[in-house]
Amino acid sequence: MRLTLRVWRQRDAADEGAMSTYQVDGISPDMSFLEMLDTLNEKLILEGEEPVAFDHDCREGICGACSLVIDGDAHGPERTTTCQLHMRSFRDGDVIDVEPWRAAAFPVIKDLVVDRSAFDRIIQAGGYITAPTGAAPEAHATPVPKPDADHAFEHAECIGCGACVAACPNGAAMLFTSAKVNHLNVLPQGAPERETRVLDMVGQMDAEGFGGCTLAGECATACPKGIPLSSITDMNREWLRATAKGARR
Amino acid sequence: MAVSGLIMLLYLVAHMIGNLKVFFGPGEFNAYGHWIRTVGEPFMHYSWTLWVIRVVLVAAVLAHATAAYQLSRRGGRARPARYVRKKRGSDYATRTMRWGGVILGLFIVWHILDLTTGHVHAGGFQEGRPYQNVVDSFSTWYGNVIYIVAMLALGLHIRHGFWSAAQTLGAGGRTRDRVLKTAANLLALLLTAGFVAVPVGVMTGVVS
Repeated sequence: MRLTLRVWRQRDAADEGAMSTYQVDGISPDMSFLEMLDTLNEKLILEGEEPVAFDHDCREGICGACSLVIDGDAHGPERTTTCQLHMRSFRDGDVIDVEPWRAAAFPVIKDLVVDRSAFDRIIQAGGYITAPTGAAPEAHATPVPKPDADHAFEHAECIGCGACVAACPNGAAMLFTSAKVNHLNVLPQGAPERETRVLDMVGQMDAEGFGGCTLAGECATACPKGIPLSSITDMNREWLRATAKGARR
Repeated sequence: MAVSGLIMLLYLVAHMIGNLKVFFGPGEFNAYGHWIRTVGEPFMHYSWTLWVIRVVLVAAVLAHATAAYQLSRRGGRARPARYVRKKRGSDYATRTMRWGGVILGLFIVWHILDLTTGHVHAGGFQEGRPYQNVVDSFSTWYGNVIYIVAMLALGLHIRHGFWSAAQTLGAGGRTRDRVLKTAANLLALLLTAGFVAVPVGVMTGVVS
């Protein structure tokens, strides 16, 4: 396959940045999108140019490191991560636009790499449980009803890639935060911090400068892990409950 | 957004039902207009109830507009750099909430100047004769156009707004999602149809 790539190039955080056009040849439909970018970078290095910087790690869709808005879709046209997107989803001769996640809370570091530590700080605000250290507890000591376990697991699938923020017209981080809140709030292990968790994580989310939710639903459409939009509703319910409880104290 | 929106929605349902009295003749419609001012008597003085409703509505409109402005500003600040290319993943009703809301706000001003104070009323506003005022208003082409466009905007606004309010208040959920979406569409359809029925009634001569 022969492709035309229009890639966002930005030297550093202070640079203004612009789209640059490149031609790549000899792309196999079996290559992943990142392998296609590797091919482009090899070519750029051979030509003595600066290779395109992009985030990647596991390349098997579980770590959440890869990003990229491809042709206006976070993680491209398929419902998966960019590393699991294959070139068979494109056609020979296509012009493909590649841009970084766009959000004030995710500043561009270089080219397609953005700083997502705002997500880490949201997790630090309450995305954990209080548990004694030492040997793993006996699995049957704390029974969890099956529907709750399923609910928690569905939200635990969030890999924190930030596609929800990238897709959201308001640059909001509601889907990420709600996935993390619901994952722990439904479980007995998460019960001791149930109220503080949702209040602190939402507080941190706001402090990071993410936008407000208008329930446009683009986050859930972009999410490579299928976190449902109802996750946001569940978090709103938890937040209202925690606020009401806090007001009574 | 959600609470102020639901207050306005509740009022709209009552307003729409009240409007439909126009199809039962000037006697009933004018009597209904009079009743709004005397309801609650003798506990309430003449038109007190009406003024309470007006104050609550103005507060709701202001709260709704302020929250919408803040939400838009916040969204703009959170996405300072735009995408060169971005696919749209939300439906028409969702995308038009902001401008649709502005249209509705302007319409409310027009509507009050037209049928409450009579400042922009066509054909001489008559205090205490709402039936004649309605007929006069919808006998002009622009009266009809403004009203019908606003009611279509209203339907779209409610379609996303009602469902959205339920999500904000944590009342939604996966199992209830279809029920809420259907309810939002039904409300939007019923309100739009109910309101539009009046100018259509005047245009077709059913109300004259």
